[in-house]
Amino acid sequence: MRLDVLDRLAGFGRSGLGFLQSLGRSGVFLFLAIFSRSGFTGRGTLLIQQLYNVGLLSLVIVTVSGLFIGMVLGLQGYSILVHYGSEGAVGQLVTLSLVRELGPVVTALLFAGRAGSALSAEIGLMKATEQLSGMEMIGVDPLKRVIAPRFWAGVISMPLLAAIFNVVGIFGGAFVAIDWLGIYEGSFWSGIQQSVDFINDIGNGMIKSLVFGIVVTWIAVFQGYDATPTSEGISRATTRTVVYSSLAVLGLDFILTAVMFSGL
Amino acid sequence: MGGSEAWISSVITMNPVSYQHNKDSQTDNLVEIRGMSFYRGTRAIFNNIDLTIPRGKVVGIMGPSGTGKTTLLRLMARQLQPDQGVIYVNGQDMATLSRDQLFIQRRKMGMLFQSGALFTDLSVFENVAFPLRIHTQLSELMIRDIVLMKLQAVGLRGAASLMPSELSGGMSRRVALARAIALDPQMVMYDEPFVGQDPVAMGVLVSLISLLNKALGITSIIVSHDVHETASVADLLYLLADGEVIGSGPPGKLLNSNDPRVRQFMQGQPDGPVPFHYPADNYRDQLLNPEAQ
Repeated sequence: MRLDVLDRLAGFGRSGLGFLQSLGRSGVFLFLAIFSRSGFTGRGTLLIQQLYNVGLLSLVIVTVSGLFIGMVLGLQGYSILVHYGSEGAVGQLVTLSLVRELGPVVTALLFAGRAGSALSAEIGLMKATEQLSGMEMIGVDPLKRVIAPRFWAGVISMPLLAAIFNVVGIFGGAFVAIDWLGIYEGSFWSGIQQSVDFINDIGNGMIKSLVFGIVVTWIAVFQGYDATPTSEGISRATTRTVVYSSLAVLGLDFILTAVMFSGL
Repeated sequence: MGGSEAWISSVITMNPVSYQHNKDSQTDNLVEIRGMSFYRGTRAIFNNIDLTIPRGKVVGIMGPSGTGKTTLLRLMARQLQPDQGVIYVNGQDMATLSRDQLFIQRRKMGMLFQSGALFTDLSVFENVAFPLRIHTQLSELMIRDIVLMKLQAVGLRGAASLMPSELSGGMSRRVALARAIALDPQMVMYDEPFVGQDPVAMGVLVSLISLLNKALGITSIIVSHDVHETASVADLLYLLADGEVIGSGPPGKLLNSNDPRVRQFMQGQPDGPVPFHYPADNYRDQLLNPEAQ
């Protein structure tokens, strides 16, 4: 019995140490990828290529999701506010919900599912087929050549995708509220104009997106680079990327919201 | 020198960036391994071994499967770190190099991986051009010429526009060889270069390795099971088994060795002190006892 408890304690200890080791390795990995000198030409081209893969190819899913979420917010907002005779505030509800919370969070979750998993799988497969080792032996650091452009592309793409998500969502809400439910157009748009603060709402939302961009892309590239070089290892890495990213985004969202909006 | 050797030689010596690496010779030995041990878990892959690769020679590293031949190449390139001992390459202790210094050092090395390790998103031409584009300021025209010469040397100039997915395993390794020698490195490490090659390609590869060594002074390290081909091209052979160097010297010496372990491997005898089986429990007991793993 006592041995059983000790075994469990030892197991917890091992898990804790493993987690801390992994965190340390991922920190060093990120530091080496983004703060060391690149030592080769063509970085701009690589970054543009990754912006296309990571950002532009995520645009469809982000746009469509933004549109439907904005439309749902418009419908739900109207169905509640109409009881209080405040249906003119639907624009305010839709916009604040999007720019403060749903825009950054849903974009980050979608990004983790589409681009994050693709990054992990691509890098993991490069490792399994010895392409990363081959690059090292040519004298090219894969952290600079493979990881850094993908990381920066993710960090740059996320706020832009969130901004597009917000804009499309607001137009989706406007379509439902104005064209379908017949809310007066002037009150919809003026409500937004009066209630949305550029720094506190849009600025904080963009900061959230930036933080989510760093965290999600960091998790994705590290999981790929650290994957066991087998088909099962790559599968586990992509799964971990989506799970860890989603949990990190939701947890960080609470912390950032508490810091940014608790005093408002 | 035969016909095929002559054209390979002519192709190689046309290279405009050849010979430059021989100027920074520091010691007679390009690689020196002293007291090196390496473990995977509790299993010793190498146990306090000493090994020397003379500059400008072709050195074969041979041994039964699982003795750590590929691991030894990765240790030399510091893709792995030894648990004990020192590895000097070009007189520099590899363990003391910074990350940037390590990558500069690796530009003087070429490595042919077992899998080829070609970049799957680049064509054959672009794979061979990759190190030239990264590390040189050569014009596109010059890069084109060098790439075509390297591909001609491995017999795959006609495959320049193919993607790696369109190549056989043997062709992939030949493209990888062209890429490994694109920068005319000081040292080329070949990991099983003869696997999957037809007899013609194998003969050309043996000639190519020999000629690269003679024409450019490249030090070649060949890890291989193919006793005949490796012995025909190597100046020096090392035979590894049980984490140790069990034999070393010119091919003739090892082929005529009286050491039973060396003789068994070099002559491909099924019975002898070198076990065919990975260490395991008693075969009969394991079959009769269903509880045993």
